[in-house]
Amino acid sequence: MAAHLSYGRVNLNILREAARKELREFLDKCAGSKAIVWDEYLTGPFGLIAQYSLLKEHEVEKMFTLKSGRLPSADVKNIIFFIRPRLELMDIIADNIFSEDKLHPARDFHILFVPRRSMLCEQRLKEQGVLGSFVNIDEYILDLIPFDGDLLSMEYESAFRECYLENDQTSLYHTAKGLMTLQALYGTIPQIFGKGDCARHVANMMLRMKREFAGTQNQILPVFDTLLLLDRNVDLLTPLATQLTYEGLIDEIYGINNGYVKLPPEKFAQKKQGEGSKDLPTEPKKLQLNSAEELYAEIRDKNFNAVGAALSKKAKIISAAFEERHNAKTVGEIKQFVSQLPHMQAARSSLANHTSVAELIKDITTSEAFFDNLTVEQEFMTGVDTDKVNTYVEDCIAQKDPLIKILRLVSMQSVCNNGLKPKVLDYYKREILQTYGYEHILTLNNLEKAGLLKPQTGSRNNYPTIRKTLKLWMEDANEQNPNDISYVYSGYAPLSIRLTQVLARPGWRSIEEVLKMLPGPHFEERQQLPSGLHKKRQQGENRTTLVFFLGGVTYAEIAALRFLSQMEDSGMEYIIATTKLINGTTWIKSLMDRPESQIP
Amino acid sequence: MMKSKADEEDYWNSSKYNAFTFDDADDELSALKETKKAVNSIGPLLAEDGEEDWERVSWSGEPVGSISWSVKEMAASNQRADREPAFPKISTETPSLGKSQSGISLSSLFKGETVIRSLLGDPSLRLYTPELRKPKSEYKDLVSDWSAEETVQRLQQGKGVTLEKFRSLQDKLLLLDLAVAAHDGNAITAVLIYLKRTLCKEVLFRELESRQTALRHFIHYLTENREQRLLLELLRALGRTEEAALLQYKDYKNIADENKRRDFLKSCLSLQFGGEDGNHVQDHYTLLERQIIIEAADRKAEREGKLEVFQKFPRKASILNMPLITTLYYCCFYHYNEPEQPAQRPKQYFTTALAARAKLKNWTDVDAMFNSRNWLGFSKKKSPLSFQRVVDILQKNSAPTRVLQEYVGLVSDAELRIGLAQKHKCHDIVINTYRDMKDRQQLAEYRKKVERGSAEERKIDELLSNQQIRWKN
Repeated sequence: MAAHLSYGRVNLNILREAARKELREFLDKCAGSKAIVWDEYLTGPFGLIAQYSLLKEHEVEKMFTLKSGRLPSADVKNIIFFIRPRLELMDIIADNIFSEDKLHPARDFHILFVPRRSMLCEQRLKEQGVLGSFVNIDEYILDLIPFDGDLLSMEYESAFRECYLENDQTSLYHTAKGLMTLQALYGTIPQIFGKGDCARHVANMMLRMKREFAGTQNQILPVFDTLLLLDRNVDLLTPLATQLTYEGLIDEIYGINNGYVKLPPEKFAQKKQGEGSKDLPTEPKKLQLNSAEELYAEIRDKNFNAVGAALSKKAKIISAAFEERHNAKTVGEIKQFVSQLPHMQAARSSLANHTSVAELIKDITTSEAFFDNLTVEQEFMTGVDTDKVNTYVEDCIAQKDPLIKILRLVSMQSVCNNGLKPKVLDYYKREILQTYGYEHILTLNNLEKAGLLKPQTGSRNNYPTIRKTLKLWMEDANEQNPNDISYVYSGYAPLSIRLTQVLARPGWRSIEEVLKMLPGPHFEERQQLPSGLHKKRQQGENRTTLVFFLGGVTYAEIAALRFLSQMEDSGMEYIIATTKLINGTTWIKSLMDRPESQIP
Repeated sequence: MMKSKADEEDYWNSSKYNAFTFDDADDELSALKETKKAVNSIGPLLAEDGEEDWERVSWSGEPVGSISWSVKEMAASNQRADREPAFPKISTETPSLGKSQSGISLSSLFKGETVIRSLLGDPSLRLYTPELRKPKSEYKDLVSDWSAEETVQRLQQGKGVTLEKFRSLQDKLLLLDLAVAAHDGNAITAVLIYLKRTLCKEVLFRELESRQTALRHFIHYLTENREQRLLLELLRALGRTEEAALLQYKDYKNIADENKRRDFLKSCLSLQFGGEDGNHVQDHYTLLERQIIIEAADRKAEREGKLEVFQKFPRKASILNMPLITTLYYCCFYHYNEPEQPAQRPKQYFTTALAARAKLKNWTDVDAMFNSRNWLGFSKKKSPLSFQRVVDILQKNSAPTRVLQEYVGLVSDAELRIGLAQKHKCHDIVINTYRDMKDRQQLAEYRKKVERGSAEERKIDELLSNQQIRWKN
């Protein structure tokens, strides 16, 4: 089921197995039959850890989603709430408990907080008068969830908002804990680099936690050579730009959730013989996206303009494979052909699916609206007229385009100009408020607090210097056969990944000046290894770096890191971890006042 | 003719940013189609082989047996009364290599923690809540003499503690500082809740001021807990009046009744907002005030059925709480010719009014909007918007070619004009523009696109045979 997790440089299946074991242990602690009441948000991430069959083996007989009112009847001994520590969810649980039928034999209630218990929530349960109803309150430490062979995410949706808007560092504590778990499984990471305030915090916590566990030496040979902690606010620009890789565009347009995407069904209607006018399916088509699918692993990180060619090449190979059947003459040959059929069928259906997805995306990327938007983004990123009101943005507002699109563009202009002239900023704000409603004062305020929108202060615009020094804009980005990471945005090289690249070679000392222009401190720490655990490196053996994005990472950035891993002379393999997989839209949404997504 | 694909490509590639190169877009699109065809042609061969079964365990979507799938299934089966639920019977467990390492569990990883627990003789390794819900009398028995450091450590581990023994202000603050040093939001919050209960506001606020991290957690706690009043007091005590003002303003969202909402907004006007926010709130108030008046009048008019426009175009929704521009559009739609015109900045007003009048297909009003007379009495069409945008708006409101043509002709940039004219099939404009540009080749090319034997074709032929014109090519 999760074999693809173990193909990479680091076997992330170990982490998944540890999480599964923990889950089994918890379930066995609640002896007897049980029903689970799910915080719906958690079912996605949990699906990456365990299937229903595992729960069933441990006497989970029913499962429900959490909602107010009386719990559905179920003849079980235990009711377990699998829940995120959020206050509003506590109120629903309290309501469930109050609505319990007093006539029925009492059932045992349990709470399993994911990823951690919260004093605030227990306090709330206490105020509601239901805390005493629970036999057991526990936590399931699910900090880092393996998404793919080289990708871990905490799926901590509000991490950026909490860190940069509310200045709540709880997510950083979880990050540090997650990194400790990782080190317990994969060995102490000898070298830690970081940039940004949050990075500094996490590193401090890690070092302190290590001191507290002193005495119990970690005897595992280190798998990672380096950890790089990066604050999202060091690079606010990248998530605002439209991603142009295949996977990035799927996420931009349809949204990838816990490794799945829901697509409009029309293009996936299966034409079968004898069924002329079959009704079109109405349910969205759901696809799982990860490296377990050979074709997807091959094309997901390509620039979208290179995907068409890759697909047609694949089609030829598959057709040729099917033609082989004519050459199968002997029984043995036929048998061999048949034995390969399942694999070929899988390849065929994979190809059919991705051809359809590519068509859907192509419809959008070839539209005028998409092109115009992209043109303006690239003008901003290259520093064209960033100090004036942009007429395209103005027109978009006049046409009442989605507010998030506007906020993305205006934020991008602000970031690329190191803040907007007060007059320009005020003008945009007024236009937005008049068109979309005054209640967005609060959202605009949030964006200012997060540094996405700001009035230009006395200091001069340093973005051009950053752009030039880090070569953020490459005129001749090659989309088909890339030779630089800038291919993921067709010209723009993500700042975060440039920092990673420079760190590997020639080192950050070469860009001291630019590092000072970016927010927060940069630092280097070393963790002592017990003697005997020092790696004896083979000649030409690659080093492994874990890059941790605090506050989110986009698929295009991941693609850029994978590209660096694959470069022959890079000498570095990257494993990626983050608090949340994001894109510009989900990111801005998380910063809006009372975003809908936060209401369960 | 629609702007052909090739023309579009040319336009893109000639623009400054050929960012996302579409050079071979055509090729690629056809390649995609071909690929699809190829794939489909393989189809029939496979249909016999039980494709369905195969797909279920591959990536046809959510794998059968996943958690969210099962939850959904159960919800459905549960509705069918209380029968034995049918479980999906697909084995998804694969013997995985991880088994050999399965001696490792996450909780056992933190050896330090286990060590501490066993040192303290804590037998209930995971069941550590009972303390919280035992009656007070029993509670006391559990009080052990933890130091502040140990207490914070226990808090971090989620173990029960009593904070009551920290009585002096100094002890309490020490506890807080230790929790902050641990960077554990849970521990910090726990201490803060205790401090809030046992300290008077003034002291608490004063001490928090010099402890920024704790302060932020406290603000977060109050926000989450909806303790609005205390939060406002805190912000004011800290001199963060702008933040307090916004926070108070935000409360209007909880008021449903429009009159009460208006009064509340009015009461916000005296708050100290930062930057332009005060003006925005003032605008918000004024807007709602007007909307209330308009809504009352229009609802009455609609009910009485006296005004034709309300019958012809029934209102879809109340205008209350709509954004300003929507309100403006509404007024331009239903109340255009009334004396009181909103005093908006020209461009925005113009865009909105144009869209509203176009929606009503009132081309006379549309036309009048562009008329300005100079002192000689000649009229010349003027617009605060580019005529390209004007065409765009009109076209979105399905204006007929006759109307569009007039405004396409006013686009000053020739290239742009030709593009638009081609898109909207304004042949005359295309032809005249090529003539003015003396571009014989393009004109000849365009001849292929117009209908055979049409007036346009004849016009092109006339021009091409005209000896007077000095063609540039």
